[in-house]
Amino acid sequence: MCLSVPAKIVELQGRLATVDVMGNRREADVSLVDDPQLGDYVLVHAGFAIEKMTAEDAAESLRLWEEMARVEFDQ
Amino acid sequence: MSNSTSSPLPRVADLLRLIEERAARVAPRTVRFMEVCGTHTMAMFRSGIRAMLPPNVKLLSGPGCPVCVTPMGMVDAALEIVRRPGLCLATFGDMVRVPGSSSSLERAKAEGADVRMVYSPLDALKLAESEPQRTVVFFAIGFETTTPAVAATVAYARDRGLSNMLFLIANKVIPPAMEAILAGGEVKLDGFLCPGHVSVITGSAIYEPLAARYRVPCVVTGFEAEDILEGIAMLLLQVVESDPKVEIQYKRWVHREGNAKARERVDEVFRPCDAAWRGLGTIPMSGLELRPQLRAHDALAALDITVPPELDNPGCSCGEVLRGLIEPPECPLFADRCTPATPVGPCMVSTEGSCAAYYKYGER
Amino acid sequence: MDRILLAHGGGGSLTKQLIRDMVVSRFGNPALAPLSDSALLDLPPGRVAFTTDSYVVKPLRFRGGDIGRLAISGTVNDLAMAGAKPLYISLGLILEEGLPLDDLAAILDSAKATADEAGVSIVCGDTKVVERGAADGCFINTSGIGVIPEGVNIAMERAAPGDAILVNGPLGDHGVAIMSEREGLSFDTPVSSDVAPLAGLVAAILDAGGEAVHALRDPTRGGLGMVVCEVAEACHRDIELDEARIPVRPEVQGACDLLGLDPLYVANEGKVVVVCAEAVASNVLTAMRAHPLGRSAAVIGRVLDGAKGRVTLRTTIGGRRVVDPPYGEQLPRIC
Repeated sequence: MCLSVPAKIVELQGRLATVDVMGNRREADVSLVDDPQLGDYVLVHAGFAIEKMTAEDAAESLRLWEEMARVEFDQ
Repeated sequence: MSNSTSSPLPRVADLLRLIEERAARVAPRTVRFMEVCGTHTMAMFRSGIRAMLPPNVKLLSGPGCPVCVTPMGMVDAALEIVRRPGLCLATFGDMVRVPGSSSSLERAKAEGADVRMVYSPLDALKLAESEPQRTVVFFAIGFETTTPAVAATVAYARDRGLSNMLFLIANKVIPPAMEAILAGGEVKLDGFLCPGHVSVITGSAIYEPLAARYRVPCVVTGFEAEDILEGIAMLLLQVVESDPKVEIQYKRWVHREGNAKARERVDEVFRPCDAAWRGLGTIPMSGLELRPQLRAHDALAALDITVPPELDNPGCSCGEVLRGLIEPPECPLFADRCTPATPVGPCMVSTEGSCAAYYKYGER
Repeated sequence: MDRILLAHGGGGSLTKQLIRDMVVSRFGNPALAPLSDSALLDLPPGRVAFTTDSYVVKPLRFRGGDIGRLAISGTVNDLAMAGAKPLYISLGLILEEGLPLDDLAAILDSAKATADEAGVSIVCGDTKVVERGAADGCFINTSGIGVIPEGVNIAMERAAPGDAILVNGPLGDHGVAIMSEREGLSFDTPVSSDVAPLAGLVAAILDAGGEAVHALRDPTRGGLGMVVCEVAEACHRDIELDEARIPVRPEVQGACDLLGLDPLYVANEGKVVVVCAEAVASNVLTAMRAHPLGRSAAVIGRVLDGAKGRVTLRTTIGGRRVVDPPYGEQLPRIC
């Protein structure tokens, strides 16, 4: 499963981060990316962040993901 | 706010138009593009793209599903491991249903074997830490995207002195398989949709020797339908202009240089070796093995297990499917003896296998 | 004693005490009160619908509900899917030795609240206790009786070309909520189960559409994909779904992406799929949206003329693919 939606780092302690995807949170090991920061977006695979991008770059990726996702509705 | 009509998104419509224009310029020639990533296989089918392409643009699936190319012998080795008392095998979910020569991990689990499905090698590490009296073996499969995670976990096991944490290594690298398909000459390829996340790690530069030597267009492509359409459009342009090179469509995550830090982790722990690919035979320097100083964590060495030789699976055409020679419906067992409920070969078992994709999403 | 003991299942005075304290005090009603071997019931005129289901959900309590709510809702909904007005429920409990009585009380409170919400009475039941390890805290079986009013004829075979397919809200909530509480996934989600009794919503649907409502199905295990395939097979017609119109919460889509699941096949416990004639689709949709459990109702597909019994999906980009029934558990994917 190649999950390509960016996951936002919302907690960070050493090599372990909590990442958020649309409100869902998981733990990810960030030791494979350079200088991860709170607020950065990362690509997560098998429990590890394998690449990161800044919030600005993430905006485009998130827009695309939301566009391709199923219909939005009011809830 | 809802999409009140079902017409393609504006960008999608533009990309389809580009594809049609460019395909018309190469017509009547048929062009064949191969993807080598299981997630691309799935994405193409799920989005229904294949049927939207002009008739002279064909998409082939290659050996991009790590579950599909793991040799039967490795599954048998995993089964031997898990039948020993006190041993626990941790594996990615997809592997449990793959048939070995006489059984599967799923069946072994039902018979009482300790098989646990995990999302990350770190889950296996946690198991080993919390159950020191148990030997935990992580069944490592995957390409360059997954290997750094395994490497990091092996390093942790070493650093924490976890002598009960072992690894059954079946990791592979993709470019040698791409070369084997080109060199084999069995199928005429006009381009590769290169795997998006493998390339996050390797960088797009890794395909440059291949593109140069075989003059084959390469576009590193993402996984949303828009990405795949754009990747195809870019490949077509290279074909139209007779200008084969390596391009990146998936710019938001992929760079030419890739992730050096992740590659360093891999180099620290693994070294290349020859590897057997189910359906393709042995491809030189296409696999990875643990470096000698980490042998204590190698399951085959530590448990004195040999991988049995590959057995023939009569009638099973997974090999031809993986090499792009036939499409799944051309296999005599397809949708007959071989179905997702009763799989004969791995291409039907794996959720990213070509046969499973055809069966689930395609016309039958 | 604050836990269930094996003796509680012995049928003697301890059992009677448990039933009095836990069950009768909560569900007390004329049919239940005698605590005789059988409940004696009066039924209004009409065809009788009868269903049974066993609940083995793990964990017992999850975001949005618990096994008690699930056990009542599930059986109420099965009756509602037949077009029946649910009336009476039986409650069979298999309790694990050691189950804290507070946990049992919470489960029964939940069942009671749900029964009230659905307008049903619990009229008979059974309590057994098994030794530690032989049940996951608590298993529940509920059977239900309902009556189908005159003029209501719900059957998948009645689905006909041109019919509209509707659903009352977003898909995948229950499955994701449960998966997130499974050990070993270390996955936190804001998603809650949608578990709810749908009898009231179905009554509103039948009021609005009458005989033109052809089929009703609840997409539980196997999700929307499963029930739509079953409808297509039963009526021998092709069905096409419109991916862009199938409601899925972004959090659920995100969770499914993370876990490698397809929302099309994830279980729901508060959803109904409606197949009705095109002529009444608009009225039915309005009636659903007016109901608290149908605010996000949507038309998601159509029954076609073709007769292969095949389901296709028009994808968000305008492509098309086949929808197959799922095989067993969705395997989490990793590549």
